[in-house]
Amino acid sequence: MFSFAGQKETIARLRDQIARIERDDGVPVHPVVPFGIAAIDDVLSGGLARGALHEVAGAGPDTEQGAAAAVFLAGLLARMDGPVLWVRPWPDLFAPVFPPGLADAGLHPSRIVFADAGKDVLAAMEEGLGHPGLAAVVGELSGGLSLVASRRLQLASGQSGVMAALLRRARIFDDPALSAPSAAVTRWRITVLPSAPPVPHAPSVPGLGAALWRLDLTRHRGGLTGSWIVEACDATGRLTLAANLADGPDQAGERRYA
Amino acid sequence: MIAAVDPAAARAGLVPGMTAAQGQALIPGLVVMEAREREDAVALSRLAAWCLRYAPLSAAAPPDGVWIDITGCAHLHGGERPLLRDLLSRLLARGHMARAAVADTPGAAHAMARYGAEDMTLVPPDGQREALAGLPLAALRLPATTLEGLRLMGIERIGALAALPRAPLVRRFGTQVLTRLEQAFGDAPEPIEPAFPPDMAQATLRFAEPLLTAEAFAAVIERLTASVCRELETAGLGARRLDLVFTRVDGRDQAIRIGTARATRDARHLTRLLRERLEQVDPGLGVETMRLLVARAEALGQTQTAARLAGEPEEPDIAPLIDRLANRLGVEKVYRVAPVESGVPERSVRAVPAGEPVSGGWPADLPRPVRLLDPPQPVEAMALLPDHPPLAFTWRRVRHRVRRADGPERIAGEWWKRNGEMRSVRDYFRVEDEAGHRFWLFRRGDGENGISGDMRWFLHGFF
Repeated sequence: MFSFAGQKETIARLRDQIARIERDDGVPVHPVVPFGIAAIDDVLSGGLARGALHEVAGAGPDTEQGAAAAVFLAGLLARMDGPVLWVRPWPDLFAPVFPPGLADAGLHPSRIVFADAGKDVLAAMEEGLGHPGLAAVVGELSGGLSLVASRRLQLASGQSGVMAALLRRARIFDDPALSAPSAAVTRWRITVLPSAPPVPHAPSVPGLGAALWRLDLTRHRGGLTGSWIVEACDATGRLTLAANLADGPDQAGERRYA
Repeated sequence: MIAAVDPAAARAGLVPGMTAAQGQALIPGLVVMEAREREDAVALSRLAAWCLRYAPLSAAAPPDGVWIDITGCAHLHGGERPLLRDLLSRLLARGHMARAAVADTPGAAHAMARYGAEDMTLVPPDGQREALAGLPLAALRLPATTLEGLRLMGIERIGALAALPRAPLVRRFGTQVLTRLEQAFGDAPEPIEPAFPPDMAQATLRFAEPLLTAEAFAAVIERLTASVCRELETAGLGARRLDLVFTRVDGRDQAIRIGTARATRDARHLTRLLRERLEQVDPGLGVETMRLLVARAEALGQTQTAARLAGEPEEPDIAPLIDRLANRLGVEKVYRVAPVESGVPERSVRAVPAGEPVSGGWPADLPRPVRLLDPPQPVEAMALLPDHPPLAFTWRRVRHRVRRADGPERIAGEWWKRNGEMRSVRDYFRVEDEAGHRFWLFRRGDGENGISGDMRWFLHGFF
């Protein structure tokens, strides 16, 4: 009979083995893109892996709640160098991305090549991932993603070192398509929170300060997950950990194994 | 005999076929010019060669037409309708009156262009039977005697002719009636004799045994591109557009066309682009000739090689990727977005070809939403006039109470561009609701003067 601690140890060892098997498939290891926030970078072992597939989604129907996810992604790309391929399903179901808004998060239009791919978003992404000159390929996807399709993207990304990012756009609350398993290395959910007053010591002053987000790393293949409360990207795409949260959750307290 | 009339003469009642004397009697002072058929024919074939800009196969269809085989090429111009519109406007600019039609068969396109109701007709795939049914028989390119005979039988429309039993028709009028009918409907083939531009780099391979398989085509493509690229290199050129023409055993030509974002003579890249299009080719009973020609070329120096020899770290070159995506999705589907100096948000962006660099930006101190609703959607809002943000608004039957807001940012109409915007104003607010969602709202009007707008509220984007 295992003791509780023994079980935990065994599981940890198995996870470690699985992680090593998963990584040992001839795929070269690529550098990472750090967030510049120790709490997050620790969980990601340094930052978000470049040659990997990442999924980003809002917390609800995309029209209202997906904007923060797009800004989060733009901020992430702003902290990388090199051109980005942004694949859109056209005609867009919801409001299309507006490049000036991406530029506000630090992603300059000169770095983006847009492709309106209709129903072939994944195929166009794969084409882009085969091109090592790119920094990243973004695909906007509403609806489901099959395990095979996500595996293809992950493989293509791993081989070229070009980051693959899927902006998952939910149609409804708790869209089941978004929680289905995929080969993505990380899966992020961005939830907006009521922001703090722009001038902290004078809450009655009108205006709008930095937006407040909760980042949920809901899936992290072979690693820890976590949840953080941050202030939204500044003009260079940098996030800051929210300070002085009177009744916010403990910033380090929500880790668990994936 | 009058061979052709200009629009003014047509309005005055002249029609081709009248005698010149009759015309002069109708209109005193009529200007008559000698018809020069030889020169017309030469001009027409020159026009056909000019039409090669649209597709790799085009041919003069005397006396007054040009056939262009746009199979697989329409996407390079944004679709069939934009292609026709572009063609007609360019022809008009060159001083030609023209009508155009797209159909599955040359015969149907011929008929619709000449006898269709519109200047521009698009016959849907397999729609030629219905489209032609109502047209007069003259649209079928039949000799006058046959037309007269059919008219005496009471047959005036193509639909009525198609409904007749075939055998008696052939006995009475010969096989030509049937051939023309079948050519128009697509039941019989009608190869067009293509025009080729004279002095462009090209390579041709003929095969003793007809080729059928994709692998064989791929191997030939490799040889053809290698040869064309050598030719381009000698000339100091790079290809922007390549046409690959397959001549089948049955004499029909098929073509695939590729475009590149930047002049190139990289044989591997071009080979790959061409091979991706191979699935569009129907080899039929076999292909006996393949011809690759450069439809458009631009000067290209030796820079590519020089940079590589120096061993410098190269700027990532994504032109090949752009070509492959454009090849797959269509040229206008791959683009960059460039800033435009305009205060009106929806006019502040412009799509430019993906190969072009983008410079400049938008003012950094004016926050813009990351998703924009186009057009803005009306919302019901409660706000104090003139310059307070709304206290709450309702969009898609959901009520959002505004907790924080920033604004107004006043955006005035561009009266120097549009008269209607002389006094119009939008006041934009960034608002955050109780849950933390951020919206971009505006009020049409300055809150005081009715002339500046009707004071209704709209939702324009999401942060």
